Amino acid sequence: MDSLSEYFQSYLTALESYDVIGAFWVNIQLAFWAALGSAVLGTVLALMRISPVPSFRWAGATYVNIFRNTPLTIIMTFCILVMVFQLQINLSSDFNFNFFLWAIVGLSVYHAAFVCEAIRSGVNTVPLGQAEAARAIGLSFLPAARMIILPQAFRGAIAPLGNTLIALIKNTTVAAAASVIEAAGLMKTMIEFRPDVILAIFATFAAGFVILVIPVGLLTTWLSTKLAVTR
Amino acid sequence: MTTRQSVLFDAPGPKARSRITITNIVGILIFIAAAFFLLKTLNEKGQLAPELWSPFLTAEVWEFTILPGLINTFKAAAVAIVTSVVFGLLFGVGRLSSNATLRSLCGVIVEFLRAVPVLLMMIFFWLLFGQLQVGNPADIPFYAVVVALTLYNGSVIAELVRSGVFGLPKGQREAGMAIGMTRGQSLRNIELPQALVAMLPALVSQFVVILKDSALGYIISYAELLRSLQIYGSAGPILQALTVAAVLFIIINFTLSWVANWLSRFLSSRTSGKAEPLTTQPMAVKV
Amino acid sequence: MRKTRYGMAALAAGAALVLSACGGGSGSNGGGGEASGGGDTVRIGIKFDQPGLGFKNGNEYTGFDVDVAKYVAKELGYAEDKIEFVESPSANRENMLANKQVDMIFATYSITDERKKTVDFAGPYFVAGQDLLVRADDNSITGPDSLNGKNLCSVTGSTSAQRIKDEHAANVNLVERPSYAECVTAMQGGQIDAVTTDDIILAGLAAQPNNAGKYKVVGNPFSEENYGVGLPKGTDKCADINAAINKMIDDGAWEEALKKNTEGVDYTYNKELNPPKPGDACA
Repeated sequence: MDSLSEYFQSYLTALESYDVIGAFWVNIQLAFWAALGSAVLGTVLALMRISPVPSFRWAGATYVNIFRNTPLTIIMTFCILVMVFQLQINLSSDFNFNFFLWAIVGLSVYHAAFVCEAIRSGVNTVPLGQAEAARAIGLSFLPAARMIILPQAFRGAIAPLGNTLIALIKNTTVAAAASVIEAAGLMKTMIEFRPDVILAIFATFAAGFVILVIPVGLLTTWLSTKLAVTR
Repeated sequence: MTTRQSVLFDAPGPKARSRITITNIVGILIFIAAAFFLLKTLNEKGQLAPELWSPFLTAEVWEFTILPGLINTFKAAAVAIVTSVVFGLLFGVGRLSSNATLRSLCGVIVEFLRAVPVLLMMIFFWLLFGQLQVGNPADIPFYAVVVALTLYNGSVIAELVRSGVFGLPKGQREAGMAIGMTRGQSLRNIELPQALVAMLPALVSQFVVILKDSALGYIISYAELLRSLQIYGSAGPILQALTVAAVLFIIINFTLSWVANWLSRFLSSRTSGKAEPLTTQPMAVKV
Repeated sequence: MRKTRYGMAALAAGAALVLSACGGGSGSNGGGGEASGGGDTVRIGIKFDQPGLGFKNGNEYTGFDVDVAKYVAKELGYAEDKIEFVESPSANRENMLANKQVDMIFATYSITDERKKTVDFAGPYFVAGQDLLVRADDNSITGPDSLNGKNLCSVTGSTSAQRIKDEHAANVNLVERPSYAECVTAMQGGQIDAVTTDDIILAGLAAQPNNAGKYKVVGNPFSEENYGVGLPKGTDKCADINAAINKMIDDGAWEEALKKNTEGVDYTYNKELNPPKPGDACA
């Protein structure tokens, strides 16, 4: 019993000397902005992939094939090594904030490919008759997509979209490749300096992600049944 | 696909066709301008110098850097694929068990493992195995990569197994029961074999995820493709080395994705379940 | 029913694969462990990714650490073809010695009291100091105190950059990259003004053909790192290794190795502390 409370004490002191909440806050911010970014980019890509213009379809498909098949670490590294260090495209004049913004760009670019595929799978759940009806009342491609197809497609795509969001939250740990200090990096540092409480430290960080991810999963499941289009 | 698309819009007339041509030309121009800007800047910084790129075409770099790296990538991925499938089958069947305790225990473990980032697990096991001095220290990064990939992807596969069995028409099990099989017999002899065939394409998509995530091993110094090329690039051509790594990864994963699609077309006639590759991560939390 | 058979066969094949994979894994593991017991080869741990010190170039190994290791091994009675070089990343060095995975480590391994609790050190064979690498035409940076407002790069997990921010220049911008090569590439691009780590590592980087003439080591070291030869705790080899190091220094091979690996770089090692004079006993 004594050794247990001792272990707990040294775990608490380890926890006090590092800003765990602050590190998780970085992951949450990265996830939030990258979710917005990838949602916008992914929708545009999905539109391109079902559009009447062949070159748009080709460009959308090429984008998805390239970014879905590249490890995220490589994408993040290229954002920094090529975009910042070579092309010197700075999104912010603040030195460290610039890396944070590029991490968001890297995450958005990668997950947009998955968002695009999720929406496309949603489009496939919309019955053919809906598109035919839209055409019959004289809507052209963009209005038909905006008013008839996409609203139903989003509702049909909630499950895969939710899963992409969950993957995104977990993938924010790769932001270390873009020189952003976040939870995974902090965990490594903490364990290296406090190897005596390695299990407790891992449990803390794992629990942090479980707390972030499980509600999203539950919400997704609830939404996908509630908003499902009854056919 | 083509029928669906042709329903969304009219066959383009002469006016639309000319508009499409103009859009295409503008698009190509924008693309060329961006590519030109990229190449021009890289050239100004001296990153396009031929001596930085030509080593990657020599037999020496392939023999001592790229191929050993590829072998390590495939080794980690292959072992992790096998162990994940075993893990997935065990826990997937566990989640289908008629024993409520076993079912919920497997459920909690699978949901927990799917919520924790792979990288977090990799770093943890790497440091833990180092501390416990498991086996040969030089192999510890390999163990950490395989264990982390197995726990995460195994739990995803467990979910695939479960949803694969749920996705079968009810009649399959009822037919099994009707000829006097027990629940377990029907699961083993009728449902699982069909579910496995149905989930093959999704399984291959998951193998792409395993292969791609094995690249995270470079963060814990596992000498896979990315790390080998990074070591080679440490004398200077780092940008070039990483570009080669990216191209190789895209080729390998693209091929595997293509196999997944081909499998789904080939197999959909062989099962009453749904044979579809995963386009996104499978459902993370199911209640 | 036919399909079922296929399914079961696939399962069996999968199980066989697992078994063979496990078998293969433990086999190679056993092979790795026994080599250090063999009489006529020696396993030496070096860095693979530090050009100028320990670098794997194809199937060859180059650098100052490698040259010293080869010399010492020769003095201990191992011909060059009896040396097996093994990668020993910083995090693994103590473990690799404890597990008898390597016989000696020459990998920019600083002798510290903390490390002496778990491993023994022969040497030192070089005294390095933390320094800065800057563009050859940059005269505004003369030392750690002139870094305010500048962008400084170091590798992930290193504490050397943080030390500068804490003790010398509070307004320096820090960025961590996974390798020094990325830091140097960033400096070439113009986004980074200086890279920091031990002076000899910086000189080795700057000496690479692709970097020749572009960078200089500032030459104002502000710490003292005694590079030692890592040995398993309780070793009896310190005296022999130190004698070999002293011989290397005396016959000029040491100086020559340093020159060769930092050729073309504006760099001189710290003459007050070098060459070191290792005694008979372990450090």
